[in-house]
Amino acid sequence: MTLGDAQYISRDDPFAAARRQAADRLEACGLPKRGQEYWKFTDPSELNQIHSLHSLSSSITPHFGRSFELSMVGDWQDPVQQGISPRALFDGIPRSVIDIDGDDAEFELSPDIVEHGSACSIEQASLRDSSWVHEVFGELESQAHAPVPRALAAVNTRYARCGVCIRADGINAKPVEIRYSASEQQEDAVVRHVFKVERGASLTILETGTLARRTNKVLEVEVEDGASFHHVQVQGREHERVSSGHVFARLGAESTFRSFTLSVNGLMTRNECVITMTGDGSTAHVAGAAVGDSKFHHDDTVFVTHDSLDCESRQVFKKVLRNGAVGVFQGKILVKPGAQKTDGYQLSQGLLLDDLCQFLAKPELEIYADDVACSHGSTCGSVDEEALFYLRSRGIPSVQAQDMLALAFLRQALDEIEDTRLTEALQELLLDWLARHHQ
Amino acid sequence: MIKITNLHACLEDENTPILNGLDLQMEDGEIHAIMGPNGSGKSTLSYVLAGRDGYKVTDGKVEMDGNDILEMEPEERSAAGLFLAFQYPVEIPGVGNMTFMRTALNSQRKARGLPEVSAADFLRLVRSKARQLHVDPGMLKRPVNYGFSGGEKKRNEILQMAVFEPKMCILDETDSGLDIDALRQVAAGVNSLRGPGRAILVITHYQRLLNYIEPDVVHILVNGRIVETGGPELAMRVEETGYKPAPAGNA
Repeated sequence: MTLGDAQYISRDDPFAAARRQAADRLEACGLPKRGQEYWKFTDPSELNQIHSLHSLSSSITPHFGRSFELSMVGDWQDPVQQGISPRALFDGIPRSVIDIDGDDAEFELSPDIVEHGSACSIEQASLRDSSWVHEVFGELESQAHAPVPRALAAVNTRYARCGVCIRADGINAKPVEIRYSASEQQEDAVVRHVFKVERGASLTILETGTLARRTNKVLEVEVEDGASFHHVQVQGREHERVSSGHVFARLGAESTFRSFTLSVNGLMTRNECVITMTGDGSTAHVAGAAVGDSKFHHDDTVFVTHDSLDCESRQVFKKVLRNGAVGVFQGKILVKPGAQKTDGYQLSQGLLLDDLCQFLAKPELEIYADDVACSHGSTCGSVDEEALFYLRSRGIPSVQAQDMLALAFLRQALDEIEDTRLTEALQELLLDWLARHHQ
Repeated sequence: MIKITNLHACLEDENTPILNGLDLQMEDGEIHAIMGPNGSGKSTLSYVLAGRDGYKVTDGKVEMDGNDILEMEPEERSAAGLFLAFQYPVEIPGVGNMTFMRTALNSQRKARGLPEVSAADFLRLVRSKARQLHVDPGMLKRPVNYGFSGGEKKRNEILQMAVFEPKMCILDETDSGLDIDALRQVAAGVNSLRGPGRAILVITHYQRLLNYIEPDVVHILVNGRIVETGGPELAMRVEETGYKPAPAGNA
């Protein structure tokens, strides 16, 4: 058996070509290994396991959503979930909801889930008029395979059978929430979403909850000229959660892309975001806030390519760590020759609430144009004692004052979300987490 | 209201004494001023009273309404009615001024066993206090002291004083960094808060502030001790002749 299992790809598979190419890429690059430069701070072995299970099981029934005998798991979810549930986070906000249940991948998806556009599941993509899905599926992922191989994303292209495809052709004021319910039987999930926002259109995607203990998820997002795509995801707060996530986006002229990720808890999280700005005057903001306690390893790896004139990119990542938690940031801005008037900035900051934590950052700028403003900032430190004393001197108890400062620290990342209703909801969730995780 | 007896203090990681047997007693409704040269221990006194980390009290006691406040955490001192208006109010980006003040007020009330003030009632309270003190309502919407001018920061301290209604206020160099108009405005705010149920300790380098906040008693602090106590005329004399008499090196 080979790594990509190309021989098992059915001719009837609507994505057969893309899957075959992904299998070949996977075969060529192999799974990531600890010690490789791109995995300098994160051990991929647990994330690679998701592949192994699917590889083995693919010969039996390569279909996500059915229980694999060999991947039955025990009780990995928190026995008692207290506080605000991420699944109920946006309940006060008008939106469309797509529920994906870890035990049943064949979810219901009404085509009118978007006000202006169309929607189908990955499974339905071959049945409906969805040629656009084939133009995107695997395309953005494969483009991003150089200069750095992204084997886990190739795994996703090869195996993913569950996911949502949405095409927006007008202004969609109402967000679409993809809400995951975790399976109690399913160890792994491989999920693929494909979005296309056509010229001048807009789409907001929210993601909440957890689908399985280990998840490999990829989003491919095509944002055409003058279009805008907003994405806010809240990664489930299960302590044992392991996830590999990729967002691949290609931006047309004068388009806008915003993606924000909130991560609470989780054993191992690697979120990669690969953005290519191919049209003049486009804007990309990618941000994340993470809070973790003890066995928490959280890695944000971002690669922004400026390949056009007058584009703006921002990366704002903040992590609050306690009890030995580890935060990683690898961020790169590549300015290609001719991408003049680029305005790029990246910020990564760690707030360490004790001496046991680590924040590891590798900011990179690679610039081949001469008229650009590009910079980065990375800091790591403890709570500001002056500010802490100021709050306490006003009667705010020490623990609560520390929470306020932690939240204030994260605020800059939260402010990257354009819709303030979403920001407020996330802030409540964070306050709730902080209040429940005092030492 | 407050009674400081034989207070000795130094920095926690150094043994050089800063306060050397300071005695001070203030009664309800009084305003006292402490004047002193650089390095005399004025700011240390304010920090020791407010309970800031990094200072070690080696002797003496401080009683407020008969309770020893040196045993209390900073937040407990605040709940007990102590308020320090900072010389350099701290900028806290990311924390809204209103959220901060409401959290602070409700924390104090909770500690005193009082019910919390609702968001709506608090908004009314703050707006009314801000109006009385001529505080720009825009300041309420911004993060705590963040990007505030020197005058705005000091006005924000006085606004907090008005909202929290503490019993014992310490104003640490409130005049520093203020132009004359801002000084008048801040002083007017302080004067509006003077009265029964409250004592105010004004710490300052210069007599100028005392033209606007008239103290009942003036103390001269040199080398960590009160060396002279008098009425407002003492401040005038210091302004003319400097801090004399003084031990060597403190003229």
